[in-house]
Amino acid sequence: MKDENLFNALIELADDHSILCHRLGEWCGHAPILEEDLALTNMALDLIGTARNLYTYAAEIEGRGRSEDDLAYLRNERQFRNLLMVERPNGDFAHTMLRQLFFAAFMEPYWQAALESRDETLRGIAGKALKEMGYHIRHAGEWVIRLGDGTEESAERMQAAMEALHIYVDELFHSSPAAEAAAKAGLLPERGALRTAWLENITPILAEARLELPEAPNPQIGGRAGLHGEDLGHILCEMQYLQRSHPGATW
Amino acid sequence: MYSQGLIGADSRTGESEEFLEAFQKRIDAEEKIEPKDAMPEGYRRTLIRQIGQHAHSEIVGMLPEGNWITRAPSLKRKAALLAKVQDEGGHGLYLYAAAETLGVSREQMTEELHSGRAKYSSIFNYPTLSWADIGAIGWLVDGAAIMNQIPLCRCSFGPYARAMIRICKEESFHQRQGYEIMLTLCRGTPEQKEMAQDALNRFWWPALMMFGPHDKDSAHSEQSMKWKIKRFSNDQLRQKFIDATVPQAEYLGLSVPDPDLRWDPELNDGKGGYRHGEIDWDEFWRVVKGDGVMNRDRIAARRKAWEEGAWVREAALAHAEKRKAAMAAAE
Repeated sequence: MKDENLFNALIELADDHSILCHRLGEWCGHAPILEEDLALTNMALDLIGTARNLYTYAAEIEGRGRSEDDLAYLRNERQFRNLLMVERPNGDFAHTMLRQLFFAAFMEPYWQAALESRDETLRGIAGKALKEMGYHIRHAGEWVIRLGDGTEESAERMQAAMEALHIYVDELFHSSPAAEAAAKAGLLPERGALRTAWLENITPILAEARLELPEAPNPQIGGRAGLHGEDLGHILCEMQYLQRSHPGATW
Repeated sequence: MYSQGLIGADSRTGESEEFLEAFQKRIDAEEKIEPKDAMPEGYRRTLIRQIGQHAHSEIVGMLPEGNWITRAPSLKRKAALLAKVQDEGGHGLYLYAAAETLGVSREQMTEELHSGRAKYSSIFNYPTLSWADIGAIGWLVDGAAIMNQIPLCRCSFGPYARAMIRICKEESFHQRQGYEIMLTLCRGTPEQKEMAQDALNRFWWPALMMFGPHDKDSAHSEQSMKWKIKRFSNDQLRQKFIDATVPQAEYLGLSVPDPDLRWDPELNDGKGGYRHGEIDWDEFWRVVKGDGVMNRDRIAARRKAWEEGAWVREAALAHAEKRKAAMAAAE
């Protein structure tokens, strides 16, 4: 393999995007208004596009002839490296929008920083994803504001979403050894350095939504080591079922 | 889907002979009728019914296909299916907007769907049981929809005709995509080919039913043809669909599940065409009237989304009000 650390770091990122896409895809046809069916699918499409670029590049770095689909469909729970946040069940619309905001508010400065990567392919992936994440922040952020400062019920639901999800925020800023090595090599951004930028994205939105980010003395961390909650296994059962039950088939 | 759009339509109209004649003259001169133009009440009602049911078909149609998004077998297929279902939602949105120009609100139409007063295409009351069904829906269901919709691009009502032009472009892309799924399955493993054949077996007859009852049993067709809301009869369109689709099935190496299907050189004014076996109209009416496998689940899913989303819509309104009040206070 050309660069095992880069391969592993790319898999982490690709898994984040693929699993979050999967969750947004679950909404399709079930959103609170038709416009949101379209918007959620739009965001899911952005995420799967980035996931595909990342898996494809990871496969190329690995150089063992695996495809994007081999990487997405033929690894098990312990081999998945996504953040715990993205595998959380959709919950209600408040949960889904807050999760989207948290994720996009991180990925936007991440891709911004990745424009400085030494690696041309990564700069290309970053350039496309950066614009998309800006849109996700706007879209999810507007909903977080509407719901946080809407009715009594919506404010309560938004608060509940905050309580449920804030414990997964810290993991955004953690780096696996692979991600750290890729950052040292100037290939990918240093995740820990993005906390300020993330807060800058989040703070005005939360203020307008009358929400506060609670402290999380015991954040949930483990996705990068393949230590997930129980939901991921079920996601993979569904997602991988055809590839697993028809080995080697072309779709 | 869309000949079924006329099911339950009421084209009775009470205007003077003079008015109706002048209107018919415009229709016969192929003038487009625009929302603000004077029109017979029956024309307006028929269009609201048809466009509304067409919109509902797009929205309900998101469910059987959405059923496979999380199980799509590759990243490429998943992305394509997401985009396709999104397109259907977009079509629904256009069509609701076109119907709204006739003086009905989206809320009213939604309520009619949820209460069962408005219909949607019977095809979506069949379940999607395998991945091949996603191929079959694209190939057959979108294929049948295109047959219905291409003439609708010349419908006398301007907003509907214009919406159809864009929708048809997207549908024909979907149809090719569906056929390509079928082709991949048919060139794949024996299990994949079996999956494709099974999907054709289950969707063939329901696809033929999409064109609606035989002409002799189609109560509202005649007036709609005169008003150029409809341009071809149900049976004409069904025949076109069969003639186009049978060779496609042959190319896939699949057999059409109709033992009576045969080539008849006399059909289509001597150009030849396929004669088909008897359609099970009992099944058709059973499904239209609510007793298909999925009718109850489809409506339940739509109602659940609507009811569970109520607090979101209320919050959006409440927030908009607050914002408006804050802006007014700042002025």
